[in-house]
Amino acid sequence: MSYKPQNNRAWLGVLPVLLIVAFSAVVPLMTVINYSVQDILDFNTRFFVGFEWYVQTLNDERFIEAFGRQLAFSFTVLALEIPLGIAVARGIPKNSRLTPLILIVLALPLLIPWNVVGTIWQIFARSDIGLLGVAINAMGISYNYTSEPLHAWLTLVAMDVWHWTSLVALLAFAGLTAIPQPYYQAAELDGASSWQVLRYVELPRLRGVLIIAVLLRLMDSFMIYTEPFVLTGGGPGNTTTFLSQYLATMAVGQFDLGPAAAFSVIYFLFILLFCWLFYQSVVKRDEETP
Amino acid sequence: MSWMAWTLPTAIFFGAIGFSLLVLTLWELKSPTILRKGLLPIATTRGDRFFISLLSAAFIHLLWLGLVDAPVYPATAVSVLVAAGLLKWG
Repeated sequence: MSYKPQNNRAWLGVLPVLLIVAFSAVVPLMTVINYSVQDILDFNTRFFVGFEWYVQTLNDERFIEAFGRQLAFSFTVLALEIPLGIAVARGIPKNSRLTPLILIVLALPLLIPWNVVGTIWQIFARSDIGLLGVAINAMGISYNYTSEPLHAWLTLVAMDVWHWTSLVALLAFAGLTAIPQPYYQAAELDGASSWQVLRYVELPRLRGVLIIAVLLRLMDSFMIYTEPFVLTGGGPGNTTTFLSQYLATMAVGQFDLGPAAAFSVIYFLFILLFCWLFYQSVVKRDEETP
Repeated sequence: MSWMAWTLPTAIFFGAIGFSLLVLTLWELKSPTILRKGLLPIATTRGDRFFISLLSAAFIHLLWLGLVDAPVYPATAVSVLVAAGLLKWG
């Protein structure tokens, strides 16, 4: 017996969304793909070059290095922000008069524009006048993020963790408040430790919000541009130049629209692949869980 | 439409994808897909397998362009075979 949906008219309700997505995503993506196979001299003078820009990009050392840095950065901040966000969310009292205040304070970094976050950290981490930079140097540790690649990386990671852990914490807190109290009471009766409550009661029920948190942070960190641009400008040298910054230099700085379009398509395909693989792995594990 | 900088090869490419989606839609209306598990480690619908085929084709071409200094026709042939295999047994 074949299954047929009850009411296909419901699909008409999706039409407005399809139109918006077509205009905001599909048509621009198609245009970028069109650009990626042409040498654009100006908007009226262009030549078909086939896959030339793809070959050039895939063999470009700076692209490969920026890609490696991007992966390292994204997975580092994910590895820090997700556990830290869960830990912070677990520490927020659920039914206290202080709860709204804590949530507002946590949301503050999320309200600051990205370029302002970069500027705050640029000043905060300076070794001559910044509180963080001066404090670290006063402890006898030589720290200068403008000349030392490792220091620049640590500062960037710290800045991102400061900026975005709140998002994970707020999402995780929303998930935690949705867990019914009897689960905790049953765990308490069984003498479960705090770790066991986290492992067997909270984490399985946080899966939904954590999927959203990881996907948002993975995509966001993979597209990061403004903060490193303001904080380090991609330096020292190219050590903190990520994909988006290299792409912007190519497209806006040098007006190499063809190579920049090929770069964008490759960049997009990798983001699509990572998100799809991650989503599938989580959904699969979700289905396997009894 | 000139601002989209169309070329004949890209028009054929997008036309082929659009035609495939149309065929899949008609196929779906005639015979609704069933979630099933084949060679792939996940249960997939027909649409999932088509998406995986497209993504695989993109990466097969990227690999070819990055590693081999030759025309892409062999990569396209491999992609078509992979897509056919995935749609049938995936």
